[in-house]
Amino acid sequence: MLTYTIRRLAFAVPTLLVISFLIFGILDLAPSDPTAQLPLTIPPEVREKIRLSLGLGDPFIVRYFKWLVQFMVNEPLNILEQWTGWTIGDGERLRVLSWQTRSPVVDLIVQRMPQTLWVVGMSYVVGIVIAIPIGVISAYRQYSWFDQFGTLFSMVGFSIPTFFTGLLFIVIFSVTLGWLPSIYDTTLVVEDWDSFVAQVKQMIMPTMVLGLYNASQLSRFMRASVLDNLNQDYVRTARAKGMTEKVVLLIHVLRNSMIPVVTVIALNLPQVFGGAIITEQIFRVNGLGQLLIGAIEGGDIPTVQTLTFIFAVLIVVFNLIADVLYGILDPRIRYD
Amino acid sequence: MTDAAAVRPDADAAAAADAAAAKRRHSSPWRDVWAQFSSHRGALAGAAVFAFMLLVVLVGPFIHDVDPQKLDIRAKNQFMSWEHPLGTDNLGRDMLAQVMAGGQVSLAVGVTAMLLSVLLGTAIGVTAGFSRRLDGPMMRLTDLFLALPLLPLLLVIIMLFRDTLRQAFGPESGIFILIVFVIGITSWMQTARIVRGDVLALKEREFVLAARSVGAPGRRIITRHILPNVLSPIMVSATLGVANAIITESALSFLGLGFPSDFPTWGRLLYDGANFMTLTPDRVIWPGLAISLTVLSVNYIGDGLRDALDPRIRGR
Repeated sequence: MLTYTIRRLAFAVPTLLVISFLIFGILDLAPSDPTAQLPLTIPPEVREKIRLSLGLGDPFIVRYFKWLVQFMVNEPLNILEQWTGWTIGDGERLRVLSWQTRSPVVDLIVQRMPQTLWVVGMSYVVGIVIAIPIGVISAYRQYSWFDQFGTLFSMVGFSIPTFFTGLLFIVIFSVTLGWLPSIYDTTLVVEDWDSFVAQVKQMIMPTMVLGLYNASQLSRFMRASVLDNLNQDYVRTARAKGMTEKVVLLIHVLRNSMIPVVTVIALNLPQVFGGAIITEQIFRVNGLGQLLIGAIEGGDIPTVQTLTFIFAVLIVVFNLIADVLYGILDPRIRYD
Repeated sequence: MTDAAAVRPDADAAAAADAAAAKRRHSSPWRDVWAQFSSHRGALAGAAVFAFMLLVVLVGPFIHDVDPQKLDIRAKNQFMSWEHPLGTDNLGRDMLAQVMAGGQVSLAVGVTAMLLSVLLGTAIGVTAGFSRRLDGPMMRLTDLFLALPLLPLLLVIIMLFRDTLRQAFGPESGIFILIVFVIGITSWMQTARIVRGDVLALKEREFVLAARSVGAPGRRIITRHILPNVLSPIMVSATLGVANAIITESALSFLGLGFPSDFPTWGRLLYDGANFMTLTPDRVIWPGLAISLTVLSVNYIGDGLRDALDPRIRGR
């Protein structure tokens, strides 16, 4: 298992290098001028100097390696310094700078990360909490009205895009009923009961939109997995030994059928970050997704490159986690 | 196995080899598929809803022949009426006409992008499955594409290449080509994987060996024997591909990076309507409902098609 993990890790590195090169290349080869949005009164020679100051004078390969070193070496060292308080080297390292704010991109990401993690994390938890009971009951009472309803729920939840459910929720709960705020206020500090209630209120809609979408996908997997397990011999043995249905279902079957579902949960997590881009835009959560959209609209290439690459890293890492987790949870599937 | 050969006349070498199966072929195979498909209630309802949406979008503009771009500022922000069945927007444009015009674009994008993605996926899947030498590189390429963060990348590509393509092909067809192209080249991976798996299994079957032994060249084996047998997974992923492409296009338009405002699609109408939600909430409901209904119906059709084209389930 360890050798497998190491081999997979070793394979992840070239994959990420190729992806980083692709992302950098696409953004760099694009026919767009970062100074195009500046006022037209700026004379051409000053414009050229601005381009040089943004680091656009070097050839493509040089810029790629600069970015790679800044992102892969300098930034992790900086984070290490901040966490531990050590000083490594002289502490004067070039960092990936945003063109919009002229501040390091990683600092921007650190500012935006908590909001995204709260919303995405909570929505995923909500999704799992909804999906597991639905999946188990649907499978246990196959073809019952509950199962039919669960199938419909997952089909509808899967088909309706989050940007429509989000707007629908706003129309119903904010515009018509006026129960919940439609804009997520990030400056809110939770210090007493009232602010806690306000925080919960503003989190309900974004987490429910993403959570229902996740639940509709996961409940299908859960149902299929429980159905697979219910027909196994060990279930018959457990029943023959005289165990109650509750024990059979909740201890024997549930634990075994969670194995594939856990890996699906790990595999889908990066996609949820992608989906959060849209949800954050609807509810005005200033998380990573909004940072990305803002950077794309502003033509802020370094921020876009770094963020897109981080999303790619998430996908590769969670794929790895899912594969390793599968081997750990199910001893029958060991790769070596 | 005999069932599989009997219901697919295209795999004629295999079917002819199995005389018993040929004798049992009492009804047309497509009729069998239809019989199974129509026993799936959800799929039938999905097909009806999808046909209805198509009818409204394609024939509707001839009946309700209001120009979707006609401004009538005096009649702005109206609710439903006989003159404007779905109301009007903040510039007095008729919503029903806009939803129908937007549907034409959204469906066209969905179908074209699906065709591109299925073509790419089938080509790569068949090549990888058939040629041992190209299998490794092709599948690594597929893995690489699966590891790309698609939505951010789509947004970036559209942002960067939008203006160039608009200049080259005109404002409308330029953005159409760009969106279809980027959706197509980022959604072929699932098809390629499924097709490769099926081709790998089919390649070892006797009828392929028989074709090879009589000296059929590789190209002919692929077109005559392999492709007809992988048709059903391709059809299923094509159906789901339409749904996926419509959602992606709407998401891009919803983020303001798809089609321009004077060229309505369902996603764009939703995006424009979102700013006037407190004033005219129904501007959000109609395009959103159109997207959801279309995608839901297409997904149900795909579900039914998967059952209907699987000979192991059919006839049970």
